[in-house]
Amino acid sequence: MREFLVGHYFYWFIFLLMAIGLAGIVLKKNLIKKVIGMSIFQVAIILFFVASSSKWDATVPILDPALGAADTSRYINPLPHCLMLTAIVVGVATSGVAFALIITIWRRYRTLDENELLEKLTHDPD
Amino acid sequence: MIPTNAPALIPLLYLFTGLLIPLAALRLRRLAYWLALAAAAVASAAALSNIFRVLEAGTLRYRFGGWPPPVGIEYVLDPLSAFLSAVINAVALVVLVHARRTVEADLPERKHVPYFALVMLMMSGFNGIVMTGDFFNLYVFLEICSLALYGLVAVGDRKSPVAAFRYLVLGMIGGCFYLLGVGFLYMSSGSLNMADMKAILAVVGARPEVIVALCFMILGFGIKMALFPLHGWLPDAYTYAPTATSSLIAPIGTKIGAYGLIRVLFFVFGLRFVTHTVPVAQVIAWLGAAGILYGSVMAMAQDELKRMLAFSSVAQVGYIGLGIGLANPLGLLGAVLHVLNHGLMKACLFLVAGNFRLQLGHSRIPALDAGTRRRMPWTSAAFTLAALSMIGLPPTVGFFSKWYLALGTIRNRSWVFLAVILVSSLLNAVYFFRVIERLYLRPAAGNDEGRDAADSVVRGEAAPSLLLPTLVLAASLIIIGLLNAVIVKGLLVRFLPPGLEITLP
Amino acid sequence: MSAPQAVPSLLPLLAVLVSLAAVPLILLSSRRPVLREAWTLAAAAAKFGLVLALLPGALAGRTAAVDLFDVVPGVRLALRADPLGVLFALVASGLWVLTSLYSIGYTRGLKEHKQTRYFAFFAVCLSATVGIAFAANLVTFILFYEILTIATYPLVIHKETAEAVSAGRKYLAFTLSAGVLLIAAAAWSFLLVGDLDFKPGGIFSGLTLAGKTAVPLFLLFLGGVGVKSAIMPLHSWLPTAMVAPTPVSALLHAVAVVKAGVFGLVRVAAFVFGPDLLCRYGLDTILIVLAVTTILAGSLLALRQDNLKRRLAYSTVSHLSYIVLGTALVSGPALVGALLHLAFHATMKITLFFCAGAIYVNLHRENVSELNGTGKVMPWTMAAFALGSLGLCGVPPLNGFLSKWFLGSAAVGTGRPLLAGVLILSGLLNAAYLLPIVQRSFFRRGSGLEGRGEASAWLVAPLVLTAVLSLVLGLFPGTLFRLAGQVAAGLFGS
Repeated sequence: MREFLVGHYFYWFIFLLMAIGLAGIVLKKNLIKKVIGMSIFQVAIILFFVASSSKWDATVPILDPALGAADTSRYINPLPHCLMLTAIVVGVATSGVAFALIITIWRRYRTLDENELLEKLTHDPD
Repeated sequence: MIPTNAPALIPLLYLFTGLLIPLAALRLRRLAYWLALAAAAVASAAALSNIFRVLEAGTLRYRFGGWPPPVGIEYVLDPLSAFLSAVINAVALVVLVHARRTVEADLPERKHVPYFALVMLMMSGFNGIVMTGDFFNLYVFLEICSLALYGLVAVGDRKSPVAAFRYLVLGMIGGCFYLLGVGFLYMSSGSLNMADMKAILAVVGARPEVIVALCFMILGFGIKMALFPLHGWLPDAYTYAPTATSSLIAPIGTKIGAYGLIRVLFFVFGLRFVTHTVPVAQVIAWLGAAGILYGSVMAMAQDELKRMLAFSSVAQVGYIGLGIGLANPLGLLGAVLHVLNHGLMKACLFLVAGNFRLQLGHSRIPALDAGTRRRMPWTSAAFTLAALSMIGLPPTVGFFSKWYLALGTIRNRSWVFLAVILVSSLLNAVYFFRVIERLYLRPAAGNDEGRDAADSVVRGEAAPSLLLPTLVLAASLIIIGLLNAVIVKGLLVRFLPPGLEITLP
Repeated sequence: MSAPQAVPSLLPLLAVLVSLAAVPLILLSSRRPVLREAWTLAAAAAKFGLVLALLPGALAGRTAAVDLFDVVPGVRLALRADPLGVLFALVASGLWVLTSLYSIGYTRGLKEHKQTRYFAFFAVCLSATVGIAFAANLVTFILFYEILTIATYPLVIHKETAEAVSAGRKYLAFTLSAGVLLIAAAAWSFLLVGDLDFKPGGIFSGLTLAGKTAVPLFLLFLGGVGVKSAIMPLHSWLPTAMVAPTPVSALLHAVAVVKAGVFGLVRVAAFVFGPDLLCRYGLDTILIVLAVTTILAGSLLALRQDNLKRRLAYSTVSHLSYIVLGTALVSGPALVGALLHLAFHATMKITLFFCAGAIYVNLHRENVSELNGTGKVMPWTMAAFALGSLGLCGVPPLNGFLSKWFLGSAAVGTGRPLLAGVLILSGLLNAAYLLPIVQRSFFRRGSGLEGRGEASAWLVAPLVLTAVLSLVLGLFPGTLFRLAGQVAAGLFGS
């Protein structure tokens, strides 16, 4: 039990972040805060992968002449890191698109509050 | 070289074209459209030839960079992938023919080139998802097509940025859930290759992280597929997107999610896992059924044609979800055949809506009347045929989807699902006949009411480049309907995963 | 009893397609009414000719067969001109020729709008009807059945008034629901048996089907075919559909839709379930109860209608259940009676409807109460009406007597003399709601009829022909009798 809670402390942190992110997306009314929540959520998942690649007493996955290549348990797993590089880029692109949309919405509706937007949308002749 | 590279060619072709278009268009702006169309044509031809290749030679695999899986990324061309890529590319080709005029009408000139470039990226994404045999690669292409889609949706009507934003948020959540699922799977297995994962999962068994992975992946695909109740982004996105975008994503976009679901459920986790160990198939079936009813009922209440079609799509995705959730060969065949059938029907319907918008300026249902039909007789006829197909009238394609799904439900003794499928035909009839009645029976505001002399009517039918794709799709509804046995027996039966094989008479 | 041999031949396919081929020609002739009518008549004559060509084969036990491709895995799109199919097709195509002639007179007389749509969809309906007649298996049957449903819709709503549109909606609601039940039933059968070809004696004859499968399955089928057969309580679309132009009502009531319904019921009862299965689980009793209720209730409701076409509609509801009753009695003579009634009722009812239409075109009168004295003004029409009415009451030597006789004697023969009583009672009720019309028209003085004459020849000739046909068939039932006999022999042995 102790191992479950304390040993996996980082994962608990990650899930907390995810919850915060999701809560932000769902509960916050301001569009920018939603994007912030979205970013937090994405970062949490990235951290999840990174955390899963770490090992005790292991070093960065660059060949260390002193350690050699024979025992891979001395290096942390590089694959999730590579995957997450891609995921970070995806996150950046998504945030970029999100902000572009927010700018357009601001220009058209002069509000970034979800409730006000819904009001304006129902009255906006299409 | 070509045959072994076949699985990878199509996504790469689109990627290449997507990069080429902005460059070429610096020279001549009009090239953007024609390059896109050419790419779609080549891709369709390649996809169709892939089908024959797969039928002859079996599953083809391509390794990027020569690295063997699970170290490298592998592209797999099996009957399911071949079928789906053929559907995606062929429908996209027809829609792109239609798109030239609607894009010119809907979008300001400076946006045309980026628009077609984004379309190419989106198609690359779709094809990549369908071909890939690697989990993370699927995520990458999923995000490629999603990002392109957010952009494509956002350039529509006044309200489209809001719709696109909502789609973005929900889509991103879906993608992240999928990624989380991949993370859990990787943690339990150390592999990212789908075929490899299948073997490993057989050994690893039903550990908590595997079960959680499954659930997250289903959530992710469910959002992309717009499976009830994860469909919230769909109605607005389809309604406010420009005509060409709706016509591209409605027939194809949600099917990618369905494809992902089928791959993960039946080819990676396996039949026993999803029906006995963790009965998610049942849940998906119930959600599908709920979606069918919800979508049909909501469609009845809509006043705008595109919105009605959007809710109708939610219902149709429900059919696919139900077919998947039945977890028996007939249901799965029905679901996959419905990917094709619904693609054709919805593409035709959205093209009709596009024609109406272009010629009349709107596609509001209460404003349609017999005058519309007199001005646009062929478009109205195409609409009627597609509507009859959605209702499930033989020998159109819609009937056959329902036939297989009905067989699937009866095989499982799921009488409730059977009733849902049958009732939905009637609900479809209600909301489609609303439009048909208006088109054929509501007296036109103005003169020449009730006369069938054609010369007194001002013809306002859509231009040939708009009409031809619409009619081609409408005709295909009957032709493919009559050919459904060939398609099912010749191709689809081969894709069925282990545990779900069937020999058809 | 030797099994009929299937002879490959394109004739059934041609018979189905000939009127479909006429459709584009009709659509293209929208500016030239005469050409349009000519195409219709040509298609009708060709169709009837093709069906006639199939008659000798069917009588001799050589069924012309067409096997196209697989429409769903395991089921081919296939047509067979077996005796039952040829009987129905003969009735349908033969009466279409006369209905087309009549339609020409009717639409000209009323200067109807949208005639192109009318004639085009008429042609499609007849294609579908012959397709239903010759369908060799359940899926082909459903295919044409549903096409018939949709193709009749534009005809029902032809007048495009609010009433017509609402009648059309009701019609679709009933028929599409029925179609959906039929699809479910066929799918279920396919999973049980794997083969949906119609076989005399039933598809399920190889299996022992449990009651808890057979009864719900039968009820599904019954729902599917029962709507078009106007079995109560699924009948209410029919009187509402009377808002359609009279030739359409004649088509719906004598030729295509309702007879397709009872034809489907015969196929289901005899060629899907088979006599044994029907009797084993009391399915025949269900049918008998429904048939008797419909026969009597239909006639009683007919008495209360003042609108002539509605009265005839309820009369049709009642008479269709004669055929249901004959099927339910599960015996050779009963089936012969039922099939004869399928044909004979068609000729008699179509006569009555033609008369109703002629009266409407000529005098613009729709109600029974307005028909006083019409006999003086339209003697041919009302004489034909009288003949048709007498036939429906079962008076010899008209054909109605023959079919009723067979049904009645079959009822006695299978040990249910009460049902013969029901038939007699129904005959009396028929007299009660039909003969007073004759009496009014000939023996009462009418008003507002000065200077009026008989209706146009286009209208009168067909109705006289059908009335005479009813008489001739009553005296010389020959071919139809032999056809019906063939069907019964195939099912029950000679």
